[in-house]
Amino acid sequence: MRHIISVLLENESGSLSRVAGLFSARSFNIESLSVAPSEDLSASRMTIVTSGDDAVIEQIIKQLDKLVDVIKVSEITSNEHIEREIAFVKINDKDINEKTMSEFSKNEFLKLHKTKKNEIIIECVDSPKKINDFIKSVKKIAVKIVRSGAVGINSN
Amino acid sequence: MKQDTDNKRKKYTGAEIFVKCLEAEGVKLVFGYPGGAVLHIYDELHKQDKVSHILVRHEQGAVHAAEGYAKSSNIPGVVLVTSGPGATNAITGIADAYMDSVPIVVFTGQVRTALIGNDAFQEVDTVGITRPCVKHNFMITNVEDMADTIKKAFYVATTGRPGPVVVDIPKDITEKLCEFNYPENISMRSYNPDIKVSDESVDMAVKKILSSKKPVIYAGGGVINSNASENLIQLAKYLNFPVTNTLMGLGCYPGTDEQFIQMLGMHGSYEANMAMHDCDLLIAVGARFDDRITGRLDKFSPDATIVHIDIDPSSISKNIKAHIPIIGDVKNVLEKLSEKIIRKKEKPQNIDKWWNQINEWRKKDSFKYSQGDKIIKPQYVVDRLYELTKGDAYITSDVGQHQMWTAQLYKFNKPRRWINSGGLGTMGFGLPSAMGTQFANPGSLVCCVTGEASIQMCIQELSTCLQYSLPIKIINLNNRYMGMVRQWQEFFYEGRYAMSYMDALPDFVKLAESYGHIGHKIEKPSDVDGAIIDAINQKDRLVFLDFITDQNENVFPMIASGEAHNKMILS
Repeated sequence: MRHIISVLLENESGSLSRVAGLFSARSFNIESLSVAPSEDLSASRMTIVTSGDDAVIEQIIKQLDKLVDVIKVSEITSNEHIEREIAFVKINDKDINEKTMSEFSKNEFLKLHKTKKNEIIIECVDSPKKINDFIKSVKKIAVKIVRSGAVGINSN
Repeated sequence: MKQDTDNKRKKYTGAEIFVKCLEAEGVKLVFGYPGGAVLHIYDELHKQDKVSHILVRHEQGAVHAAEGYAKSSNIPGVVLVTSGPGATNAITGIADAYMDSVPIVVFTGQVRTALIGNDAFQEVDTVGITRPCVKHNFMITNVEDMADTIKKAFYVATTGRPGPVVVDIPKDITEKLCEFNYPENISMRSYNPDIKVSDESVDMAVKKILSSKKPVIYAGGGVINSNASENLIQLAKYLNFPVTNTLMGLGCYPGTDEQFIQMLGMHGSYEANMAMHDCDLLIAVGARFDDRITGRLDKFSPDATIVHIDIDPSSISKNIKAHIPIIGDVKNVLEKLSEKIIRKKEKPQNIDKWWNQINEWRKKDSFKYSQGDKIIKPQYVVDRLYELTKGDAYITSDVGQHQMWTAQLYKFNKPRRWINSGGLGTMGFGLPSAMGTQFANPGSLVCCVTGEASIQMCIQELSTCLQYSLPIKIINLNNRYMGMVRQWQEFFYEGRYAMSYMDALPDFVKLAESYGHIGHKIEKPSDVDGAIIDAINQKDRLVFLDFITDQNENVFPMIASGEAHNKMILS
């Protein structure tokens, strides 16, 4: 099962490596991890997408909570929530026909940027699931794919 | 009052502040080894007499000594080492303290802040390298943070589930100036060790306890860390429940009590392991279901309701699913249970049948051995040590067969008397931890039961023992093999004894003498008692007793790795 775990932690040097090290030392999966400042200047919020059965997820949460730098851990996928990710897909413009181009430009979740080297960068902000679908559809022509990893927030 | 204000205004160097912090924290002893990065600190230590420094001969020894000090006294152990190799040499001890939840604070020197990351002389990323084996670590990057950080370090090390904390101090921080103000209290929003015990869980446990017909109390090191031995005895006595101990828990319940069914696990007693397998209620108290305890997970206590009392939520349901988890300090939880059982005069079930069964198992006498008149059996030495010290000595051990025989045969009636390396299984632990134990308990009898392989891993500390006149008794069970390795090779590798024979051994008697101690070699069973008595009578001297023991003796019972509790090899 896929889970998103949100971790609020003290913004101190080494905090990120404590979390990353915990996952590798205990053989937990990380699908994606993103970290950025939070509403509190002295704390960062980390969003980890992971997978595992209930016992594994329980251990992940408990082990994260045990880290002295960690202020709060919440699993957000088990309740109503919103999740988003940003992806950039770079393609050569010769690999794309006009029909697809016009479909892309009409799609409100996509933004198109042109480079000086006749490439197009498609910017996509959506749920990770939609992004997966989109990437699948352009995978054959994609020269480069850059994804941010998901962030999420409870919405109930 | 005026002086107080002056003190606050006056500026001190980081090194002065460091020493003042230790003094304010009540630290009496520091185990350490000097080096470039900590020279300012050593200079300040030299100028005062409130905090004593014990010079070890290797940094690993400093940490094990601090562990022995902490385990035997419940006072945090303190270590001071230099940067680079000073820190890396300390790692084994730090990892050991982490596995066995020992409250120690390790101060490591670091290169100057301007040099960090430059591969400077004696530079190592101490915070990075210790991260996976500490409860927490800090690097002090401003002298203004020194006092707060040190306070936090002791707070984190000693509260909740105890553990090692490392504080890395770059050299330039120890020469910068700042006012000194040691905080009286500290609170950290991200760390709150005070856990409120859930009444609901306690009530559920009480119900199960009162209806159980085949209960077992499985008590571990958490009982000792929580100073809850008396509470455990009171409750177990009232309920008339059998009690087994983990290796780390020995002494938390009296070893000579009739309700004690001995240690459990890989080399536990027949009755303890059978009771674990057949019980209908398992009450785990401050124990963590280590793989040496559980054996095969899917055959572990198959019919039992499992109540798990632990201060560390991550220990609960990590290896074995707990049906009734009770998170909290063991002492608080046992007090609550007593309130609801003893004070209310609740009546548990009659468990005579269960006791009859346990007493049947006991008849196997699974720790038995037979001592002839020619070769000394290692178990016999431990047995005699127990009798001749009246079970009242502090016993440290190294790791291997001698450790298991001591755990099986020395009956510990009090907590904090059995000092050994359980989780990490660190050979070399015995002698330095005996030093720490002796420092914490001057005038008490401290014995280190070891083997000829383990003792050589920290043998250099014999020099420290001479310098500080530590009258430790070393009981070397010398079978010329890494005994436990040899035993596994005999059982599981068709007797191919790869590298387990200890060739080219030193003459331990001469070795002890060259370090300024007394040494004796004992080869006959009839000489065992006399040697031990003589050693005990040497009140002011370290005595090294080199017992030449049976090479083929194995530790029984044994549950092979990954087997179920009722699949014991008995002989």
